[in-house]
Amino acid sequence: MKVRVKVMYKKGVLDPQGKAILGSLHQLGYKDVTEVKAGKVLELSLPKMGKAQLEKKVKEMCEKLLSNPIIEDYEFEVAE
Amino acid sequence: MKFGIVVFPGSNCEHDCYHVVKHVLRQEASFLWHKDRTLSRADCVILPGGFAHGDYLRCGAMAKFSPIMETVARFAAEGGPVLGICNGFQILTEAGLLPGALIRNRTLHYLCQDIHLRTESTDSPFTRGIPTGRVLKIPVGHGEGCYYADAKTLKRLELEGRIAFRYCDPKGKLTEESNPNGSLMSIAGVLNERGNVLGLMPHPDRCAEAILGNEDGRLLFESVIGGGPRGTR
Repeated sequence: MKVRVKVMYKKGVLDPQGKAILGSLHQLGYKDVTEVKAGKVLELSLPKMGKAQLEKKVKEMCEKLLSNPIIEDYEFEVAE
Repeated sequence: MKFGIVVFPGSNCEHDCYHVVKHVLRQEASFLWHKDRTLSRADCVILPGGFAHGDYLRCGAMAKFSPIMETVARFAAEGGPVLGICNGFQILTEAGLLPGALIRNRTLHYLCQDIHLRTESTDSPFTRGIPTGRVLKIPVGHGEGCYYADAKTLKRLELEGRIAFRYCDPKGKLTEESNPNGSLMSIAGVLNERGNVLGLMPHPDRCAEAILGNEDGRLLFESVIGGGPRGTR
């Protein structure tokens, strides 16, 4: 099974990378873009298991290591 | 006084710290491997700068799971002085021993330069010997040094006198230009609730002897040595 975890900065946390990418888009003429947020996508490969067990496991990994709750929010979906 | 300097795979300032406390300040010092579970009877623990475990996911994210961190947390809870410099500061925030987090510098650039610091609290074992009003010049070397905490935490830190250092100009004024990395409230270092754990991004270990042309960093180490083995506020 593949699980896709998305980790993004919480609202209000400075995201200079997103800002720099926004600047680059503007330079290329895409002036109508008003905001870019940069984050991380992590794809985890796991053996087949029940939905509840999988969700519990991935949540635990997200909270323990993959995200820092002070600055980041996470969400995940089963990719395949 | 006996210093224990924690070494993680990827630490790279452990020898700077060792040199300062052992050879410059003539104290006892030993290295503590991150897999150790004891502090070898250290009176003060230093988490040095570097890139612990490579810092690949987030700075300090893996280091908080090193076995020694449990012992460090216990030592801190008992009031033992703990100093986290640069990556050591990042590790202390990830481990929850200090509030907030360190994120990418506002400019996205790695910074390697001297900065100026204002001491905001002398009520800690590492800052008690710093003369009031004295602006310190100390180098930084980091890519992720922008201090972040939510508004509630920042307010609490300020009210409780737990902001240890702020970036300032050479005269001690807080200006936008003197904040090198975009840290909220220009915060360069914070204390835990009890005041015995200090984390800061600047490197006092890199400016603690005359031959280097700057001894300002010495004040932090001398403060804790002067305060005795268990100097808490």
